[in-house]
Order: sequence, then C-alpha cells, then structure tokens
Amino acid sequence: MVESKYMPLDGANAVSQAMRQINPDVVAAYPITPQTAVVQNFSQYVADGLVDTEFVPVESEHAAMSACVGASAAGARVMTATAANGLALMWEMLYIASGMRLPIVLTVVNRALSSPLNIHCDHSDSMGARDSGWLQLYAETGQEAYDNTIKAIRIAEHPDILLPVMSCQDGFITGHGVERVGILPDEAVQEFVGTYHPKYSLLDTDHPVTMGAWDFTDYYFEHKRQQTEAMNNALPIVKQIFREYEELSGRPQSIVDMWGMDDADYAIIVLASTAGTTRTVAREWRARGIKVGVIKPRVYRPFPAQEIIEAIKNCKAVAVLDRAISFGTPLGAGPLFTDITSALYNEGITGLPVVDYIYGLGGRDTVPPMIESVYQDLQEIAATGERGALVRYLGLRE
Amino acid sequence: MNQMLEIRWHGRAGQGVVTAGELLGEAAMETGKYFQAFPEYGAERMGAPIKAYTRISDKPIEIHSPILEPDMVIVVNPNLIGVVDLTEGLKPDGIIIINTSQTPQEIRKRLDFKGGQVWCVDASKIALEEIKRDIPSTMMLAVVSKATGIVDLDTIIHLTKERLGGKLRPEVVEANVRALKRAYEECVQG
Repeated sequence: MVESKYMPLDGANAVSQAMRQINPDVVAAYPITPQTAVVQNFSQYVADGLVDTEFVPVESEHAAMSACVGASAAGARVMTATAANGLALMWEMLYIASGMRLPIVLTVVNRALSSPLNIHCDHSDSMGARDSGWLQLYAETGQEAYDNTIKAIRIAEHPDILLPVMSCQDGFITGHGVERVGILPDEAVQEFVGTYHPKYSLLDTDHPVTMGAWDFTDYYFEHKRQQTEAMNNALPIVKQIFREYEELSGRPQSIVDMWGMDDADYAIIVLASTAGTTRTVAREWRARGIKVGVIKPRVYRPFPAQEIIEAIKNCKAVAVLDRAISFGTPLGAGPLFTDITSALYNEGITGLPVVDYIYGLGGRDTVPPMIESVYQDLQEIAATGERGALVRYLGLRE
Repeated sequence: MNQMLEIRWHGRAGQGVVTAGELLGEAAMETGKYFQAFPEYGAERMGAPIKAYTRISDKPIEIHSPILEPDMVIVVNPNLIGVVDLTEGLKPDGIIIINTSQTPQEIRKRLDFKGGQVWCVDASKIALEEIKRDIPSTMMLAVVSKATGIVDLDTIIHLTKERLGGKLRPEVVEANVRALKRAYEECVQG
C-alpha cells in the first residue's frame, strides 16, 4: 500500500488530477456544464507541460468522440469527458468505439438531459447509454471518481475486455462539491496503469489491419457475439483490477458495496452520491435496532446481478432508487429496477417484494427524511404483505 | 469533536462566499479532519442571494444533501435580514455569525433568535479599512475560529497567505492577514 496525499478537491478536479497522473496520449474534448472543470483543469496541465498529451479542442462532442475513436484506433491511450446533451451528441460514436473494441475512457459528470433545460444531476444521460457496449462505473464521492478513473484505464485496456469505459459521478453534488480527496503518488498511478501496448493499431504498418470496415450479413452478427462475450466475461476481471487497486490505495473497492447486508430485512439499492445519504440514515436506523441495509453497485455495466441477488434474496422487502426513468417500461420504472427484477426472476425468486423510487430528477434534493420514508414503506410492505404501487416518486410535489 | 459540524452560509453572489466555505473546509483538513464544501447552485447573478454549505467532521462524511438543520449560520451580507429566512432550521443552541455594525442584542431582536450564540463583526468596515474593498467573506473564518475553536487562526492565516501569495502583491496579502486578525479581535458575542 502507498500513502495518499490529501488535497481539497471537487470531484471534477479530482478526475483531472487522475488524468494528469495517467498522462494519456490523446484527449479530445468539448466543454459542457458540469463537466467543464475536468477539461479546463486538464488543458491547463497540458499548457503547463505537466503531461505529454496531445489535446484536441474540437467543435462538438460528436467530433470529440470521433477524434477519440481515430486516435485510439491509431494505438493511443485516449480519454475524454462530457455530460448530458454532450453525451447525447456522442451517441453515434459511442457505438462505433465499442464496436471497434477501442479502450477509450470517458468521464461523465452526470446531468439531466433536456428538455426542459436543466444543468443539475440525474442519471438520464449515462443511463441512456447503458446498452451502447460501454462498461459503466458510478462514484459516490470525489474520492471514488478519482479512484474509478484510474481503474477504468486498466479495465478498458485489459486484452480480454478491450471495451470503452464510462466513469460517472454526480454533477454538482460531487462534481462541484469540494472534499478531502486522497491522491496517490504520480509514480504509483503510472505503475498501476502501465504503458499501453495495443495489440492492433493502424499505425503499426508492419502488421496492417482494417478497423470499422464494411461488415454485412456475412460477419456482423458474429462480431456482435464476440462483443457481448467480452462484456459478459468482464466482471471477474473488473473484480480483480478493483482488488489490485484496493491493495495499492488501501481504500475499499468492492464492485458492489454492501452495508449491513449480512442480516438486513430491508434493503435500499442505489447508485452514486445518494448511497452515502442512504447509509447515513441506515446507521441511525441500525442504532435503533432495525435491520436495514444499503447496496451500492460501483459497477453497473456489466450488471453485477449475482452479487446483488445473493445479498437481497433473504430480505423482507427491497427498494430500488432510480435517478432516471426508462420511459415506456411497465409503469415507467427506472433502469436499475428493471435490471434487478429481471435478475430476480431469472434466479427463480418471485416472492420478494421490490419497489422502485424515481428520485432526484433534474437535481431535486434527496434529503434524509426521504430515505427514512422509503425504509418506513418497506416495513409497511413487509408487515401488511401488500406491495402497493410498483413505481413511486421521492420528493415529488403532486 | 464527536459529531459533525454543519454550517450554512448566506451572502450575495460575487462576495466570495463559496470560496470562504471551501477555505474553512481546507483549514479543517489541515488538522486531519474531513470536510465537504458546496454551494447551492441556482441561476447565479451578481448580487443575488446565495447559500453555501460546509460540513466538518472527524470521520468520513457520507451524506450528500443540503444541510437542513445547521449548527451554525454565517451571514456575510446583513442586508439579507428580512429577505431570506436566515434562521431556518438552525438548531436552538446554534451559532449565528454575522457581518454587521449592530450589536448581538440588536441582531437577536431582528432575527427573533433567543438561544445559542450570536457573534457580530463589522467585517465590511474592517475590509474597507484594510483591503480597501468590501470583501468580507474570509474574515468570517476568523470569527468561526474564535467562536468554536474548530480551526485555529494561524491555520487560516497560513492558508490565506498560500492562496493569495501567488496572485497578489505582498502588501495586499499582508492587508488580508491584518483584516483576519482584526476580525478575530473585534468580534463580539452576545
């Protein structure tokens, strides 16, 4: 284990620090609130000569991801950052990056998608990209955003994965919130990520390859099968890289964070910063002798179904908190809920009451009394045996 | 400190309120504490009322939501009295620190606050005299130090020198330090 140096950093700045230490070959990016600080700080490091990176200031996010695709195909280690509508504008290129198996790392500072126009946090941007073939990590704190950025490089470039990774954190809440963040020594990060030696690259003219070529009815299907196989097999490798980073940093890094789940009757499953608020409430309830628990997936794609199902199968009632709506799903549930309930069904568990709470859209504050109301609802569901409404709303005026 | 100290800041956009909240957290971090500092983001316009929050704790801070029941309220701009509910959620034994030329008794009456402590400091006057500009936010940190001891004045002075040293002329940095010391000496509790 190496000692971290503590710095006062907001989550965006913590990511720029990680990028400085990683020293990628190419960063192509376009600014958008609340991601701007990531790119702004990093471009300062470029200007100051602290990194060797070729910084490409492009005219849009579509161009940003296009430049990343080109650079990555050429054999470079590539990073970028965006949020909300910027991510939406990258859409076409997201699929091209994953389809070409390019290990690009993208920091997302989560923000609500327009319209109506809103700059604050929800997960509608990255959740929309959950089927795009990118791995997704979600951070609770600026510290985790820093840690995940470093791990993402190793995950993306692992020869048995070779897929792009989206590393997400909550806009403003952690993105602009300053906190104490432990930064590893530069050498330790450089040693952890190592030098990138791409197996295939367009600039390796001794071994010429074609990338992203015409692929019709003959092989397209087989290539997609390979792509899904890489994603399906990624989780054990991700786990191993998380473990290595834990040993390096001394900070716990399980792919699914469990709190109080050994004997929990009532569990809340939630991503990112609200997991911390939920745990704050859970500690108080535990102190009063009520068996509550909190599950926070750090990895969302590929979905760690087994870990979550194993943890909740003996609960009396479970709540999922979704910071996005998957419009048109039965009753308009959120993506995390539909993943968990389908995983339960696949494991043959059908008697466990699970309810979904849509929360925090457009940055609506999620405060402890709201979390308390969820645990109260779960107690009532267990006591009466009545599940009630499947999809509910937290902190909504109706 | 057994539990978390939760502070809500009130000021007007452009007064350096957010920076002061961060500086307080940073000062606490220097002594090994954990902190969070974050503003409430609205549609910012110069002069609009704004809120910011600082949490300080001996343990890692897990909660990520605005502070509903602060232990301390710091009012950087006294003309917010009557405009914003400054004592909203403030614990009955909480602390108010306010930039004003009035006395704690007068402030208590105006805010209808009977419990806890009220600390008054004429930070704008000190700022105008020492720095020649009405930028009172960081001076409030000196009063936090005196009222709670959670950070000491030397740490605040050290950080102020570090932050301003690279950007401003030495005599301006010194003026800021003098202002901090005066705020520490001249604040009154009642």
